[in-house]
Amino acid sequence: METITSIFTDTYWSPYAVGIGIGLLSWLSFLISGKPIATSTTFARVGGMIEEVIAGENVKKRPYYKKIKLEINWQLMLVVGVVIGSFISAIISGDFQFGVWVPSLWASAFGDSALLRVLVAVAGGIILGFGSRFADGCTSGHGISGTLQLAVSSWISAIFFFVGGIITAHIIYLVIA
Amino acid sequence: METKKQVSETSQYAKDAEEDKRPLLFGLGFGILFGFLLHKGGATKYDVIVGQLLLTDFTVLKIMFSAVATGMIGIYFMKSQGWIELSLKKGSVGKNVIGGLIFGVGFAVLGYCPGTIAGAVGNGYLDAIVGGLAGILLGTWIFAVMYPGLKDGILKMGDFGDITIPRLLKVNDWVVVVPTVALIVLLLYWIERAGF
Repeated sequence: METITSIFTDTYWSPYAVGIGIGLLSWLSFLISGKPIATSTTFARVGGMIEEVIAGENVKKRPYYKKIKLEINWQLMLVVGVVIGSFISAIISGDFQFGVWVPSLWASAFGDSALLRVLVAVAGGIILGFGSRFADGCTSGHGISGTLQLAVSSWISAIFFFVGGIITAHIIYLVIA
Repeated sequence: METKKQVSETSQYAKDAEEDKRPLLFGLGFGILFGFLLHKGGATKYDVIVGQLLLTDFTVLKIMFSAVATGMIGIYFMKSQGWIELSLKKGSVGKNVIGGLIFGVGFAVLGYCPGTIAGAVGNGYLDAIVGGLAGILLGTWIFAVMYPGLKDGILKMGDFGDITIPRLLKVNDWVVVVPTVALIVLLLYWIERAGF
């Protein structure tokens, strides 16, 4: 029988329940913090902070870092929260993955080499990180928070995220594999 | 021994930290809820995200569309009441079309995006923790290095600023909100009917 606690220990919820939940969260985040849910600037900020540790204070003079400011802010805390929230849900539903290097869909086409998957993930991450700053947003900032505000920049970005993604995924799985 | 200047600087930092604490904690709280929901939706998994891009699994689209429809109604209601202000990103053809396409390529190759990779890290996926995170940090760093050369060129190409669709069409907000929400609901209904 479905009880209040079993809802939280279920691995999956209906995507509509999840989506409506994220929508309600966006109301609260605007109302309480005056900010949209977004994540990708945080990666640029953390990258800059790492560079600052390695190369020193001068790094802060980079025009891009002056623009985004290298400091721990609301959005950085949000990204840390996402890691924690996903971890909590995974643990209580028994879905935390131990030692999984290769997703099963990837393995079905390219085998179970962890090295290959990690190298491709690094390459994909570089393109994604670069693209997210180029487009000034990601699937959260443009794809959800921007489109729900009906921002022209976000609708165009979200459409081209999926155009690029759908074409590339088909090339990877239908042409290369 | 601390000099007077150092003391005043330290207390200034302490004061700033005091003022900043609450918003930071709210950020953390919203993140925890967002991450919890992303995991419950299956969006912290490579197979679900790439399944969407291969058009075999429509979970991601269902999550995004229902979030956008729900969010839009509330945000525009709160805006009409003067409770909130929109927070819009400035755009240009160079940024959003070219940047969007580059992002899309990375999205498919990595199989996570910046938000869902944080979720994938919490979910324990090692390709995300070891490979993807390092890649994204490197990619954003490369952009930061190249930014001075890009900002007045390609990023400005076809600049249109921080405009919304209702403002572009010069109509009342609800003239766009209502049909957009209706269209999203219709599309989701159609996706379900088609068996996805």
